[in-house]
Amino acid sequence: MLEVRELTTKYITRFKEDIYAVDHVSLKIEEGRSLGIAGESGCGKSTLALSLMGYYFPPLHYTSGDIIIDGTNISGMKADDVRKSILGREIAYIPQAALNALNPTQKIIRFIEDVVKAHDPTVTKDEIYEMARGLFESLGLPAEVLQKYPVELSGGMKQRTVIAISVILRPQVLIADEPSSALDVTSQKMVIKMLRNLMDNGYVKAMIFITHELPLLYNVTDDIMVMYAGQIVEKAPAHEAVFDPLHPYSKGLMGSIIVPEEGLRDVKLAAIPGTPPNLKNPPKGCRFAARCKYVRPECRVQSIQLRELENGRSYRCVIGEDELRELYAREAE
Amino acid sequence: MADQRKSCLTGKGVTKEFGFGRTKTVAVDNVDFDFKEGEVISIVGESGSGKTTLAKMLLGLISVTKGDIYFQGEPRDISSQRKRRTYWTQIQAIFQDPFASYNIFNKIDSVLLDCIKMRGGARLPYEQKVEMMTEACSFVNLKFAELTNKYPFELSGGQQQRLMIARIFLLKPKVLIADEPTSMIDACSRATILDMLMSLRNEVGMTPIFITHDIGLAYYVSDTVYIMEKGKFVESGSADDVILRPQQPYTKRLINDVPKIYEEWDLSTV
Ligand SMILES: Nc1ncnc2c1ncn2[C@@H]1O[C@H](COP(=O)(O)OP(=O)(O)OP(=O)(O)O)[C@@H](O)[C@H]1O
Ligand SMILES: Nc1ncnc2c1ncn2[C@@H]1O[C@H](COP(=O)(O)OP(=O)(O)OP(=O)(O)O)[C@@H](O)[C@H]1O
Ligand SMILES: [Mg+2]
Ligand SMILES: [Mg+2]
Repeated sequence: MLEVRELTTKYITRFKEDIYAVDHVSLKIEEGRSLGIAGESGCGKSTLALSLMGYYFPPLHYTSGDIIIDGTNISGMKADDVRKSILGREIAYIPQAALNALNPTQKIIRFIEDVVKAHDPTVTKDEIYEMARGLFESLGLPAEVLQKYPVELSGGMKQRTVIAISVILRPQVLIADEPSSALDVTSQKMVIKMLRNLMDNGYVKAMIFITHELPLLYNVTDDIMVMYAGQIVEKAPAHEAVFDPLHPYSKGLMGSIIVPEEGLRDVKLAAIPGTPPNLKNPPKGCRFAARCKYVRPECRVQSIQLRELENGRSYRCVIGEDELRELYAREAE
Repeated sequence: MADQRKSCLTGKGVTKEFGFGRTKTVAVDNVDFDFKEGEVISIVGESGSGKTTLAKMLLGLISVTKGDIYFQGEPRDISSQRKRRTYWTQIQAIFQDPFASYNIFNKIDSVLLDCIKMRGGARLPYEQKVEMMTEACSFVNLKFAELTNKYPFELSGGQQQRLMIARIFLLKPKVLIADEPTSMIDACSRATILDMLMSLRNEVGMTPIFITHDIGLAYYVSDTVYIMEKGKFVESGSADDVILRPQQPYTKRLINDVPKIYEEWDLSTV
């Protein structure tokens, strides 16, 4: 469906500095599966989303690697061509601040007309209206929304509207970047339900869901990928990522989950001391070394490779999986 | 048995209306509360339930339509600019959007210098001010030397959030209102921020009021939880009572809608 091999991309700042925000990232999404991306603010999640659509405009630049969508390698494509033939059709992207991106003086149906006509100018307004109405109703959104202005919609409704618009061209892959982080729990749940519906009913064939809310990822996606300072540090099925994390950073991340359940008040949240490295000149060895409780001399010598485990999991650490589990178990005592 | 602790902020029939006639909204509707000194309080409710409006009234940023607010047992008096300034040395806030808390045209050192000034330290020797600012920054894991001459918007979101806590460290208020202090940051940084706020509380003995729709957070940090629905407090009590044994359907729904990890999350209810 979508395969990314060793993708590296960078920002070139106005001071001509290179910031490698996505560093040798490989991933693969099969039809019918969803992938969650988690990680600290600034670790490169949104940059990865832009990069894997092949959609580059300054200051973001492609450096190396392959992006294969449905068998076609799009990594060398121009931004203009990507916009015409990839965005919306192959991959739909819901950016992080999509809620505020809607032009407040335009009715919802006008956006949809713009989106559809950009791809096929021959479709009539009536056809578009019928198409939109059908889609909205099947997703549980009232058709009246089409005649409203963005300001007339609540935050939750606006977000679900943005999601519905993004799938109007029936893309293969949907990328949703923090679609519910600004919403209250009930609206958030509706958004999640809608995303699940899109997958279950085949509106999209695969999904990438970016959020820092781990309990949400756990409930939405099949697999979870944890990023740290531009690199993948762990990839695992959702349940294992949450309940059996291997990389010390993922372990810390999972230890900071708070859910309102009995006993929570007695545990101490695991805050990770320190801050991530500057991506202008990241350390030579493991990027997490400066904050890691289990750091060893060899961690700082050279870059650490991802270890592929037999069950399809992978993680980036010099310490073996059993030894890590032992360390964590001892810690818990 | 009557609660022996001193009252910190008390409200009787506090109401805020916006607009008139047909467009009138009652954002906060006749609420009573008695926040005790040193107690950690959370106010939880859906979007639009009136949380931020209540916070702004407590801070004296907007007028109260009806009702009275008492500070440390006395009717609050913010009738003049001078009295308001004095009040603000006692009660401070951290807002949802870190940007909203800073004047974006002020460099970071002047943001922090202002705090020292507010605490009456305007005349201190410069070296001592630098020492205070350095201490405040290191409390939140920032390096003061690297921040001078920068503007707040040149910091990452997490750094901005920590800078806000450094401000509070210098201001040492009696009450801190934190309006969604962690909604835009990742779980790990959230734990760090909460740790910092709680140790700051122990250090300066302030009463923190968390305003949030994150029920997990409310449960984790607070002694007393108030649940707000459409401008009213529908339920309040100890965190254990309200979150683990909720009585009101609204509270039950909010708790039910939080994504679960240890139990099945039922999506059919929305
Ligand atoms: N336009 C830009 N110019 C230079 N650097 C940038 C630019 N945009 C982002 N960066 C840097 O690239 C890195 C990755 O940023 P990105 O926005 O992808 O992070 P993220 O994981 O999506 O964070 P968040 O959780 O806050 O959304 C950060 O260190 C950021 O400072
Ligand atoms: N300045 C204003 N003028 C008119 N109405 C307002 C104003 N400020 C708030 N309101 C209304 O008052 C109600 C409560 O808003 P408030 O911002 O206090 O909610 P909230 O609980 O903080 O929500 P959120 O979780 O989204 O921050 C809303 O219906 C809002 O539209
Ligand atoms: Mg992002
Ligand atoms: Mg608010």
